[in-house]
This record gives sequence, structure tokens and C-alpha cells, in this order.
Amino acid sequence: MNSRDTILQRLRERSGGKLHRPDCDFSVLERPSSSVAERVEQFQRTIESVHGEVHRCTPESWVAQLAGILSSRGARNLLIPAAHQIGHALRDSGQDDLPELLIYDEPVVSWQAHLFNNVDASITSTRGGIAETGSLILWPTPDEPRLMSLVPPIHVAVLKASELYTTFHEAMRVQNWMSGMPTNALLISGPSKTADIEQTLAYGVHGPKELIVLVIE
Amino acid sequence: MADLIKVYPPKPSHVYFYATCLVDMFYPDAGMAGIQLLEREGIRVIFPEDQTCCGQPAYTSGYHDDARAVARAQLDLFPEDWPIVVPSGSCGGMMRKHYPGLFKHTDQETKAAGIAARTWELTDFLLNVCHIRLEDLGEPTNVAMHTSCSARREMGIAEVGPRLIGQLNNVNLIEQVRAEECCGFGGTFAVRHPEISGAMVSEKVDTLTDTGAGAFVTTDCGCLMNIAGFAEKNQKPLSGQHILSFLWERTNPGQGDKS
Amino acid sequence: MNQTTRTPQHIDVREFHSRARTAIADPKIRKNFRKAMDGLIVKRKDAFEGWDLEALRELGANIRLRALADLPDLLEQLEKKLTDNGVNVHWAIDGDEACRIIRDICVARNAKTVIKGKSMVTEEMELNHYLADHDIEALESDLGEYIVQLASETPSHIIMPAIHKNTGEISELMYEKTGTDLSNDVEYLTASARQQLREKFMNADVGVSGVNFAVAETGTLCLVENEGNGRMTTTVPPCHIAVTGIEKVVGYLEDVAPLLALLTRSATGQHITTYFNMISGSRKPDELDGPEEVHVVLVDNGRSSIYQDDELLDTLRCIRCGACMNHCPVYTRVGGHTYGTTYPGPIGKILMPHLIGLDEGRHLPSASSLCGACGEVCPVKIPIPDLLVRLRQESVDGDKLNPAKVRGHGAKRNALEALVWKGWSWMHARPGAYRFGTTVASRLRKLQPGKLGGWTRYRTAPKLAARTLHERMKERSQ
Repeated sequence: MNSRDTILQRLRERSGGKLHRPDCDFSVLERPSSSVAERVEQFQRTIESVHGEVHRCTPESWVAQLAGILSSRGARNLLIPAAHQIGHALRDSGQDDLPELLIYDEPVVSWQAHLFNNVDASITSTRGGIAETGSLILWPTPDEPRLMSLVPPIHVAVLKASELYTTFHEAMRVQNWMSGMPTNALLISGPSKTADIEQTLAYGVHGPKELIVLVIE
Repeated sequence: MADLIKVYPPKPSHVYFYATCLVDMFYPDAGMAGIQLLEREGIRVIFPEDQTCCGQPAYTSGYHDDARAVARAQLDLFPEDWPIVVPSGSCGGMMRKHYPGLFKHTDQETKAAGIAARTWELTDFLLNVCHIRLEDLGEPTNVAMHTSCSARREMGIAEVGPRLIGQLNNVNLIEQVRAEECCGFGGTFAVRHPEISGAMVSEKVDTLTDTGAGAFVTTDCGCLMNIAGFAEKNQKPLSGQHILSFLWERTNPGQGDKS
Repeated sequence: MNQTTRTPQHIDVREFHSRARTAIADPKIRKNFRKAMDGLIVKRKDAFEGWDLEALRELGANIRLRALADLPDLLEQLEKKLTDNGVNVHWAIDGDEACRIIRDICVARNAKTVIKGKSMVTEEMELNHYLADHDIEALESDLGEYIVQLASETPSHIIMPAIHKNTGEISELMYEKTGTDLSNDVEYLTASARQQLREKFMNADVGVSGVNFAVAETGTLCLVENEGNGRMTTTVPPCHIAVTGIEKVVGYLEDVAPLLALLTRSATGQHITTYFNMISGSRKPDELDGPEEVHVVLVDNGRSSIYQDDELLDTLRCIRCGACMNHCPVYTRVGGHTYGTTYPGPIGKILMPHLIGLDEGRHLPSASSLCGACGEVCPVKIPIPDLLVRLRQESVDGDKLNPAKVRGHGAKRNALEALVWKGWSWMHARPGAYRFGTTVASRLRKLQPGKLGGWTRYRTAPKLAARTLHERMKERSQ
């Protein structure tokens, strides 16, 4: 018998007999209903407590605000999605103080070294956020691949205030994640960090050193 | 683990007093104090003469057959349906939490479960069943308190000692840092792992000494023996007492025990 | 770089006592652990502020128990879902088979370098050591694991592997092994590690990671981390191998929400970690990054034996948060390396005897004062103290009604100790003998020896009272 069958048989023919299957009461995760403004406020407070940066924007103002943020960091370039409306908005903005715009449109293997060494910043959309934990929900797509939010030292994420949920549990239920998950789904709550050296926090250990959230209200 | 919901019985006419072997041999004054506190509350205290030990030392050492033999000899000591009070969170915890498992699938299963259900730690019983009111007759003083781990976690009575001491108008309870950390007694642990236990009690004595109270009380004789024994050996300015002795003395100054 | 890792198999587990003595006598170790653990205790408490923690722990425990009740079905469901999503699923009866599976995958891809995310199960099966023996370089990428690997040590904590070292020691180590400048600037040291490891990520042939939760419903592997090295490991190399114990599976996706809330708060007092990475398949044809090949290795390694017993089964609820060690007064005094086992602290004491046998691990269950701090903070309510008592019983074959069953049981039983307990039991089961014995002892108390082994090395001997309570009560009733 192979290992698979041996393991499954041992588990099925448990000498202690069939196990009790307890009920699970999820009501401890329920929260009182809140307004969008309250959720934005909670989200901002929580993500700022872990070194995330929040900028409140409007659909009209965000491109200009982004240009200011990036130039203050001296970013030479910005990796943008090709098809997403964020990418279109940036290319069509006519905003002349934006850095060079790059598009991730070929398999990573062909330009990995460039991505790792020369890209200063990236911008991605989100599928919403979680107020209680200060988290962004990202489902990478062919248009916004996985490494976009990981490799460049600055990651800018665009979050619509109306897509803020209170808890992770609420977000996954409302968006019905149970019906099928993508190749990769992420919650991102702040920049990359470590406390492995004597519990001292340091940012950007492997992923971005800065996480900047543009909340569109 | 502690009960989530504890249902206290109404104040009874009688209780069984289960002294524990440590109180019997090393701290009989604490036992007498407990008995007198109960009597002052108008309760008849029955002291079953044939009591010995709850069996815990063998139980926690893994010798469950030997523990069961000793525990079995205690099961017939409490024929009436009166509460059994124990001046120890540890031995009380053994009877309340572990007797049912120890006698599972034996002829004594029902009896052991019945005894477990009516076993109470004595300070908990005084506060929450007798609703004792303490009148402090002593001089102003400071004291620290160490609640044993079994009292705190198994019996869930961490707040009981401080509340009783809180009734004493002239006593200022000073909390030590890391109050919830174990003193390092752990029964045979102190003998099997003397260095680790020694390191633990050393820090416990430091934190208790740092309160500046100069004295501490505790719910359990094991902790008392451990902490006071370390303080004495290392000449630390810290003396210890069982909480029952302390409560009795504060409310009966100069009388000592009346036996 | 020296890639030879000193693995637990070279550490004599039975040397616990002497290592404990050394650790206790080392003020630096004592200080490093005390400082870290004190901080973690406060952070955990703050992180649960405003929660109904008891209800949340109850939910966590029930989710784990429900998953264990359904375990074989869930494993099959997980396998099917993963396979449908292009993931290769392997089953390993023990650590050796798991190592062989991973080596075979590497060989088939002609892989020479493996980059690793943090994974305790690969520590358990000593994967790095095995791969090194087969000319495959395995490099740890979690900063703490990286430091520990540089030092040729093993992790001293399951969440914070390098917690036993302070900044100065790490600086010297990195200087010596990687040529960074000597510096106490943590930012600088971290940035240096980032630079070194980025090269490794780009060039690694295979990424190996652990798994925090595996969701059967959707075929999703969940990884919890702060650094981003886990995401790198599972995204950059062309092949990703996830290794997990079979008990890590949960039934439903919604189960991960409360377990995640419990895990990060219990472990480090964080509301959530920086990254919660959910992987449900290999790279799709139109996707531009991510591994083309994804494997999952489901490792038994003793878990199906633990599963047989109703009481011991609770060990398998564990979600590896480390809160039990953070709150353990013994762990805080002796540090993680003293245990000489992959998993140190309370969870190690109840888990390791199953993995290495109770004969090898017979000192583990006794090294506890049974204070219960571990059980009190466990996010899935594992009754750790009760399991320690159970294993103490197993280690001396102390219960004829409930015969021992853990491999290597009875190894600690010795005739003299058994006889002492037999004598103790004889006397305490006979009230007359007990009264006679205690009365005589109190009469002869002047003769009581002043030295009582380990006890009086640190304390004065307990003093017998002049008269027992039994005597006083007898006089009182007359």
C-alpha cells in the first residue's frame, strides 16, 4: 500500500472510534454596522499603526497627489497595470511630473533582473480593504501580476472607500470567495517588516519598504 | 482549566474540612485558622479523621495507580452531601478537576464525580458562599500576595485573595510585577529540576521583596514552603504566611488560635 | 558560505539537564529571553483588547476539532481541489519519505539551489541537512532562520528563530560569514540581508515553504508572514514545494478568518501580519509570474498515531503560534536550545515525544511546574498541562487501567522510584499508618535532615510542626 492509502486508512480506522464534530459559532466575529467614514477612519488608524501611509483622494485628485508623493521620494519610474483603468488614467492624465511609466506585459523571466534592480515604485488596484486590521485585498491578475506588489521598494495601492469592509470574515463572505479562489490572493497590511533582530522593527526586509494607500472617496 | 461558570451553593450548616497533608504536617496553624474562620461564620466543621492526602504527588508524577489507591481511601470520608472545603488551590484542584478522570470507568466513578462537584477552595468558599465580612483589628501594614497557579488557573480564583484582603481596612496590598508567574514549586518538579525551579523562585522572591511590603501571603503551602524557604536561606527581608492565618490574625489580634 | 546545519539529530535530547544548568547560569541568555518574552506577553494582551477572547478561543478550538473529526475526508477533498488547480499532491508517511519526495522533484528539474521560507515541518524532518547530503543547497530566507543558518544553529523559538541572539552577536556573525560591516544598526543589517537574499531569490531553482492553514473547500494554501520572503519563495522560483503536516487542513475558507485572528495576536501581538498569502494553484497560461510547477507534500510523521487516542489527539489542534513558550516560565529561564528538540517549550514537550519516542524524549514531560500558563493562553485551548501529566504517566507506565501507548513508553520507569511511590501509596491509603507515621515524624522533627537534595540547594528545609493538625483536632474534640 502506498503512503497515501496507509495514512488515510489509519485515519479512517481510528482506534478511538468516530470523533465528535462540534458546532462552530462565528458570531464572535460580527461587528456593529458602521458608516463608510468610520471604516475609512478605522482603516487609516490601523494601517498607520504598522507604518502604512494613507492619502485621502478624490477621483479627480489622486493622479496629482500620486505625482507629488513619488517625486518627493525621487522615484525614477512607476510600474503600472496596462489594462486597468488606473493605468489608463495615468497614461492619459497629461500630468507632466509623473515618473517614467512602465508596464508589466511580458513573463517575468525575460525582465526579472530589471524588475528587481531598477524599478522604484509600482501601483496596483485592490479588491477592497479591511478596516479592523488595516488590510488591503489584492487578487493579482495577468494585468497586475504577483510581483508588482512585492518587488519594487514603494508599493502604491488604490482603494475605493466604498469597498472597505469591517472584518476579513465579512469581506470573504460578501465577495463569495468560497465559490472559487484565484491562483493567488493576498491581504497586505503595511510594508514588509521584520523583528528578527532583537525584536527591533525594520522595514523593507524583502518586500516594499513603503506602502502608500490612496483612498478614493 | 478554570470553570467558565461556577455555581456556588447556598451557605450550608456543615462542611467537611479536608486539610491536605502539607497543612497537616507543616502548617497546622493555617488549618486551624481556616476552621475557626468557618466556625465564626456559623458553620459546623467536620474533620474526617481518616483523611490523609489527595494523591496529587503521585498523580502529577505519573504514578496514577498509586495516586488512585490513595485517592480511593478519601472517597468514603464524606458521606453527607455537605461541601468539602480545602485550604489549597492545588489539592482542591486535584479533587475537583482530576478525580473524575482518575476514576473514569471504575466502580467509584459516580462517587468521585460527586465529590469533585462539591469540593471548594476555602478562601473562595469564605468569600462567595459564606459572603464573609472581615473586620480588621490589626495595625496598619503592607502585604504582597502570591496566588498559586492552581488557584489562579485551575480553580479560577485569582481575584478571591485580593478581595478578601481588600476587606481589611488597615492592610495595603501591593502587587508585585509578573504576579501571575509561577513561583517554581510544582511539587516534584522542584526536586527533579532544581536549577530551573531555583531560578524561578529566586525571581519570585525578588519581585515580592521589591514590593517593599516585607511580607507575603499565599493560598498554597507548597508555594509558601518554596518562596519563604528561599527567602530564609538567602536572608531576604521577606516573610510568608498562609492567607488563612493572616486573615484570622488580622480579625482576632492577640488571640492566636483557640484550640 | 558554510551550509552544514547542525541539526537536532546531532543533539542528545537527554542532555536537557546540563544544558538547562548552562543556560540558567548564562546572564545573556536569561536577559535576551526574559526581555523578549515579557514584551510578547504584553503585546498579546493588548492585541486582544476589546475581543471576547474566550468566545474566540472556543471558536478556534471547535474549528480545529471539527477539522480533525473530518480529517481523512478533508485531506482527500484538499487533494482533489489542488489537483484540479494544477498542483501536484504527494503523501509522506515520515520525514525521510518527505525529504526523498522533495529531492526527487529537485532532481527531475535539475535543481541545485533551493530557497526556503519559514517551515517548522521541514526543520522537523531536517530537510536542509538531507538536501546538503545530496548536493542541493538549501538557503533559509526568513531573516531569523537565515541568521540561525549562518550560525549553524537550530531555531530557538518557532516564531522567532534567532530570539536567543542580541544585535551585537548577529552583527558579528554577519560580519564573519557575509562580510557586512560591524554595526548595531538593525536597519543596516536588515538591508544587507535583503541585498544578499534578493540575488538568491532570483537564482533559486526551487522555493520550499511551509503552510499555516490548508483549506479543503477551495484547495487553498495559506501562509502568514511579515517579511515578504514567503511571497518571494512561493512566487519567484519556477517551482514551489509547500510542505505541511497533515493536521493543518481546515474544512472551510471562512475557518481561516478566526484562526488568523487568533494566530497573529497570540504569536506576536499583531492584529494581522503584513502578508496573508493564499495560494490555490500553479501559474495559469495567461499569468506572467508565479511558479509553473507547484507541489504539496502532506507529511504524516507520527501524526496519524497521535490521532488514534482521544486525549492525545488534542496535540494536533496546534496552529504553531508559540504563545505557550512565550508564557512559559521554564522556557523563559532555559531558552529554546536547551530542549534539544525541533519544537521547544510546552508544545514541544507534548508533541516531540510522539515524533522521537517517549524513550528519547522522556525528560520532556517532567520539565514543567504544571503552572498552566500555556493552556491558559493557547488560542485553540489545548489542555497542555493535562497532556503533560498523561505523558508522565506514559513515561513510567503508571496506570494499569489505562495502559500506555506512546512509542517508547515506560522508558523512565525505574524500580527504586516505583517502590518509593508504592510505599508512599501504601501509607497514605491506610489512615492509621498515616497518623502513626506523621505523629512519629513530628516527634522526631529535631532529627529531620537539614539537607534534602535539590530542594535545600536553594531553600531551607520545610519544618515539621510540633503537632499535626490531626492531633490538634483530636484533642479539640475531646
